[in-house]
Amino acid sequence: MDQGPGQGQGQGIRIEGLWKRYGEGDAAVDALKGVDMTVAPGEVVGLIGPSGSGKTTLLKCLGAVIEPTRGRMILGGEVIYDAGWKIKDLRTLRRDRIGFVFQAPYLIPFLDVTDNVALLPMLAGHPNDQARERARELLQAMDVSHRAQAEPSTLSGGEQQRVAIARALANRPPVILADEPTAPLDSERALTVMRILHDMAHQYQTAIIVVTHDEKIIPTFKRIYRIRDGQTFEEAGEGREIA
Amino acid sequence: MISLAGRDILHSWSKFVLTGLGLGLLIGATLTMAGVYRGMVDDAEVLLQNSGADLWVVQKDTLGPYAEPSSLPDDLYRGILALPGVAQAANVTYLTMQVRKGDTDVRAMVVGFKPGQPGAPGFLTSGRQITRSHYEAVADQMTRFKVGDRIRIRRQDYTVVGITRRMVSSGGDPMVFIPLKDAQEAQFLKDNDAIVAGRARNAANPALNRPGVPGLLDAINASQTSNHSVNAVLVKVAEGQDPTTVAQTIRRWKHLQAYDRKEMEDILIAKLIATAAKQIGMFLAILAIVSAAIVAFIIYTLTLGKIREIAVLKLIGTQNRTIASMILQQALGLGVIGFLVGKVAATLWAPAFPKYVLLLPGDAVWGFIIMMAVCALASTVAIRAALNVDPATAIGG
Ligand SMILES: Nc1ncnc2c1ncn2[C@@H]1O[C@H](COP(=O)(O)OP(=O)(O)O)[C@@H](O)[C@H]1O
Ligand SMILES: [Mg+2]
Repeated sequence: MDQGPGQGQGQGIRIEGLWKRYGEGDAAVDALKGVDMTVAPGEVVGLIGPSGSGKTTLLKCLGAVIEPTRGRMILGGEVIYDAGWKIKDLRTLRRDRIGFVFQAPYLIPFLDVTDNVALLPMLAGHPNDQARERARELLQAMDVSHRAQAEPSTLSGGEQQRVAIARALANRPPVILADEPTAPLDSERALTVMRILHDMAHQYQTAIIVVTHDEKIIPTFKRIYRIRDGQTFEEAGEGREIA
Repeated sequence: MISLAGRDILHSWSKFVLTGLGLGLLIGATLTMAGVYRGMVDDAEVLLQNSGADLWVVQKDTLGPYAEPSSLPDDLYRGILALPGVAQAANVTYLTMQVRKGDTDVRAMVVGFKPGQPGAPGFLTSGRQITRSHYEAVADQMTRFKVGDRIRIRRQDYTVVGITRRMVSSGGDPMVFIPLKDAQEAQFLKDNDAIVAGRARNAANPALNRPGVPGLLDAINASQTSNHSVNAVLVKVAEGQDPTTVAQTIRRWKHLQAYDRKEMEDILIAKLIATAAKQIGMFLAILAIVSAAIVAFIIYTLTLGKIREIAVLKLIGTQNRTIASMILQQALGLGVIGFLVGKVAATLWAPAFPKYVLLLPGDAVWGFIIMMAVCALASTVAIRAALNVDPATAIGG
């Protein structure tokens, strides 16, 4: 199997028996107890669970910011973690292979909208004009190109979140992790954001995992992972089309 | 790649400019303090240069005439003039006192000199040199006197006939030059009551008021109302003579001290200005620490305000190096703004200082280098805080 970069985009994400223990001895907490999960390219899945069930922990493991205690994670065809082993450069992995969308947009306030998106390709070593060209394309696709030169703080919440999605897509990662991306939005805007995520997943063959509590958007998922007490249970969703 | 630091500075330019302004005034004060010291050294050198002397002859075991009081008989210069290698030798007196013009007093160093001899004011910016032997004066422009002004020194009125510049004492007082005889009188002159009291004392003293020796009391009284001492003899050596050799000759001859130009500089700078230099050094050190504290505090505050963004930057794969250099560049940027403001401020306000402030480009270069080092050092606190940010915090809890 060819695992070179660029080839991985079509291969989604797969985790097997992922285990995460915080602390040691009596104080140890097992936040994840053997989670299995597969998200195919172009698929958007929901990750739903009560508070304290391990959603954030799972997202942090998937996002390569904390290490799982055990288990395997394969991202875009490349093994990231395996039984306590991990690849060396997690920082570069996050930059090139994972897109992040947060509850709040967390745009960089001192960069304009275009450069907020172009920053990722720039960090990856692409020339500025090439990076900005890619940013403009994505902003166009997100329907915010009219605000390309604006300061992030002058954008509405929905616009900011769409810019954040454009940023997550900027390096064409095989996977996007979204942490309650619609929480601050009203239902119309929340659904718009979900439609964009579905469209982008399809268009760029990206695997997207959306952590959410948001009842409004749950029906849009075709597949859902419910997480309870550190374990996931897969179920079918309604997969409702968004008008 | 774009400059994150530059963008952030542009974005919050008002914060940077305001902080830079405050920092700049501090740096301006620092540069000015250095300038004050340079000014003192330069004043001393110009003072020695403009006196037109090669040697300063003063009372034995004194550092006179500027650093310590020195008193010499006023006929001593003749003997010095007779020594080999001496071209000119002239009496001078120095006395710091109040000089009155109208209703205002100016504190000045009154110099008594012989026109055309060493010790005369070096060059005039207006008017003429003293030509009459009495009651004319040449004043340094810092006195704010004008040609034609009437000024009062002790009980005598003088006419200002010329204005000179850069003639100030090591204490910073402007000089007023008057004829030697007048100066000797002014130095010694007592007020009328003191003279009357002195004469009464003499008359009451049986040793002085002897009925058998008529005229003795009068002679004593006369001798006490005139003054036959001066503070120094300034010597110009003959063409081609080595001042150091001539100084040795003078020292050997009678009990006198003779200093050459170099030794006078050492006395003025090492002895007189040394304490001032230490004061200024302390001040500079404190200013550097305060600047560092300000930069550290501001950069740290700005960084704490960006912790979320820094976490996001780290999460999306920004290297620690990039984040550290962003903060470092901001600190240096602040230093550059501050330095420019400070340099301009110091240049603008230096002429308003009562004492000469000499801003040397070399000092500015050093100031800049030190400022940059201080800023770099100050940024380490913020850099450490930024590097400790866990990228996982961007994902939240
Ligand atoms: N850094 C940590 N150290 C120790 N325990 C933690 C830490 N983070 C989370 N936990 C524990 O792990 C469990 C799962 O937490 P979390 O992943 O935040 O769940 P959720 O996001 O679904 O609320 C909880 O019991 C929580 O207390
Ligand atoms: Mg959580």
